[in-house]
Amino acid sequence: MSWGWLRPGAGGAAGPVDAATTASLAARLDAAAQTRLGRSLAIRHVNTGSCNGCELELRALRGVFYDLERYGLRFVESPRHADVLLVTGPLTGNLREALEAAFDAAPEPKWVVAVGDCAVDGGVFKGSYAVLGGTGASLPVDLTISGCPPNPARILAGLRALLEANVVARRRGGRATGG
Amino acid sequence: MITLDLIRRGTAEACRPWPRFSLTPEAWSAMAAALAQSPEPGLLGLWADTQQVHALLRDGAGALIASVGVEGGRYPALSPARPAASRPERMIRDLWGHAATGGDERAWLDHGRWPMAHPLSPRPGLPGGAVEPPQFPAAEEPGVTQVPLGPVHGLIHEPAHLRLVTLGDTVLRAEARLGYAHRGILALMRGKSPRAAARFIARLAAETTVAHSLAFARAAEAALDAQAPPRAAALRAAMLAQERVAGCLDDLARLADAAGMAPLHAALGEHREMLLRAAERAFGHRLMMDVVVPGGLAADIAPDGAAALCQAGEALASALPSLRRRLDPLLGRLDGLGAIATATWMAGGDAAARCAARVAEIGRSLDRLRAALDSPPDGPVSTALPTASGEGLDGADSQRGTVWHWLRLDHGQIAACFPCDPGWLLWPLAETAMADQSMEEEQMIRLSFGVACAGVDV
Ligand code: SF4
Repeated sequence: MSWGWLRPGAGGAAGPVDAATTASLAARLDAAAQTRLGRSLAIRHVNTGSCNGCELELRALRGVFYDLERYGLRFVESPRHADVLLVTGPLTGNLREALEAAFDAAPEPKWVVAVGDCAVDGGVFKGSYAVLGGTGASLPVDLTISGCPPNPARILAGLRALLEANVVARRRGGRATGG
Repeated sequence: MITLDLIRRGTAEACRPWPRFSLTPEAWSAMAAALAQSPEPGLLGLWADTQQVHALLRDGAGALIASVGVEGGRYPALSPARPAASRPERMIRDLWGHAATGGDERAWLDHGRWPMAHPLSPRPGLPGGAVEPPQFPAAEEPGVTQVPLGPVHGLIHEPAHLRLVTLGDTVLRAEARLGYAHRGILALMRGKSPRAAARFIARLAAETTVAHSLAFARAAEAALDAQAPPRAAALRAAMLAQERVAGCLDDLARLADAAGMAPLHAALGEHREMLLRAAERAFGHRLMMDVVVPGGLAADIAPDGAAALCQAGEALASALPSLRRRLDPLLGRLDGLGAIATATWMAGGDAAARCAARVAEIGRSLDRLRAALDSPPDGPVSTALPTASGEGLDGADSQRGTVWHWLRLDHGQIAACFPCDPGWLLWPLAETAMADQSMEEEQMIRLSFGVACAGVDV
C-alpha cells in the first residue's frame, strides 16, 4: 500500500498556476494599473454566513501541508491592512453592513475573492429570504473559487494566480500607484 | 422525577423512537414551575411549528418532547424557570410569530434585514420589527465600559457579535449577539422530501455535518418506520467517529495556535489533513458532506477506503503518546481559565479540562473507528423510503455534544422540522465562563468550548 496520496504536497498544492486565470486577471490589472504590491498579499477573511466548511479549509491553508505564507500570502486581523478581502458564505442580509464596512476599511488597491459556491452565487441557499446570494450581490468580485468547500489546494491556486497576475501587471510597467 | 411524570400524563403523539406529549397550557405552566425547582431534567432545546411550541428535555440516555398549543399567538414562557430558554423563545417569536408570555421581548435572529417578519408563520408580517445595533443593558457603575467585538473579528472568524462589559482589564459580563449566519434553512426544507432536504442539513454546520446528517436521517427513517441496511449503519458509525477525531484535532490545533505553540499547531494540523485525505479517498469528500442520507448512504465506501482510513487512524494512534506529552504545556496554559460549575459532557470544568476531554475523545473515537471498519457487513447501503406521513425524533453524538433532529412528514414531504444544535447550550456556558476573566483570555475561553454560529443561527 503506497502512502503516495498521504505525502505532503500530494494534493497538488505546489502545482503550476492556471495560466488562463493568470492571464485574465493580469489583463484586468493592466487596465486598473494597480501595481503597488510586491510579491505578497495580506488577506482579510470575512464570513458572510458560512456553514464553516470553507473556514475549515482556510484554516488548513495555514497548516504545514499548504503553508500559504511561503507564497507570500498571509491572513491579517484588520481590514485596514488588507490587500484582499476573502469572502465566504452566501451573504446573509444580517451581514451585508459588516461586509461593506470591511470593504470600505480596506485601502486601495484591493481585491475581492469569493471562496466557495455560497460566496459565488448563494449556493444551495440561493433564493432564501435571509440570503442576498453571494458576495457579488454587494461588492465587485475579482476572483471566484468555486467548490463546496473548495479544497485548500484549489483556494491556494486561486490566490497564487492573483499574486502572479499582479507581478505580470507590474512587469508590463503599469503605473505605480501611491502608498 | 416529577417533571417527566407530569409530561407523560400529556397526550402521547405518534413520535418515534423518542416520545412526544402534548400538554394543556395549564399542564405546561405546571411543568415550568417544576422545572424552576431543579436543574433536572436538562432542557436541550425549544422550537415551534405553526400550531405548537416544543420543548426537548433529557430523559436518561435519551430525550422526550413536551408540546403546548399556541393560543392567540401566545404560550407560557419557560425562560423564567430556565434562563437557557430565553434565546430560543426569541427565535420562535422571530420565525413563527409566537410570543412567550413572561419572556424576553428582544429579537434574536431578526435584525430587521428580512423582506418580511415571521417567515415561518402562515401569515408572514411586514418587515421592520427589529432594530440594529442590538440593545444591550447600559453599563452600570463608573469605570465600567462596554467593548463590542465582531461580527467581523479575529483571523478566520465566526460571525458573532460579543459585548464585553469590562472594569479595567477584567470582564464583568459577556453577552453574545448571534443570528448573523441565519440562512432561512427551515423555510428551504419545508415541503421537500427528506432526501431532497438532506443537502441543507449537511450544510447546517460543517464541523458536525455527519452528526447532523445522521440524526436527521435517523429521524426520517423512524418517522417512516424504515431501517437503513446494516452495512450503512456500520459505515455511518465509522464516519461519525472519524468526524469526531478530526473535529477534536481542529479544536486542539486552534487552541495551540492561539497559545502561540506553532510546532504543536502544525503537528495536530498534519494529522487532521491526513484524516481528511483518507476520508476523501473513502467517501469522495474531505468533510464527508452529502454521504449520510435518509435511507442509508448516497454511495458505498471506496474499495480501498477502509484501508486508507485505518492507516491514517493508526498513524494518529501511534503518535498519540507523544502528542499527549506535547499537549501538556497547552493544558498548563489553559489551567484555571474559564471554569464553570456544570459538568456537561466536553464543556465542564475549566479550559484545561475541556482540552483534556478532547484528547481523551480522540483515543475513544479512534477505537470506534477501527471497530466500525473491522469487516462491516456486506449488502446494500441504502433502502428506498416510503412516501408516507409520520413523526421522528432522534440524535447523534458529535464532538460538540448530542445533536437532535425532529421532523414531521405529511405524505412524504416535510411539514415541520428542527435541527437542535449543541451550540444552544454551549454559547451561554461560554459567556458565563468569560465572567471574571481577563479580557485577553476571551478568545482562548471561547475556543475551548468550540462554539460556532451556523448550527444555532439555522
Ligand atoms: S460553499 Fe459549501 S462549505 Fe462553503 S460555506 Fe457554503 S455550504 Fe459551507
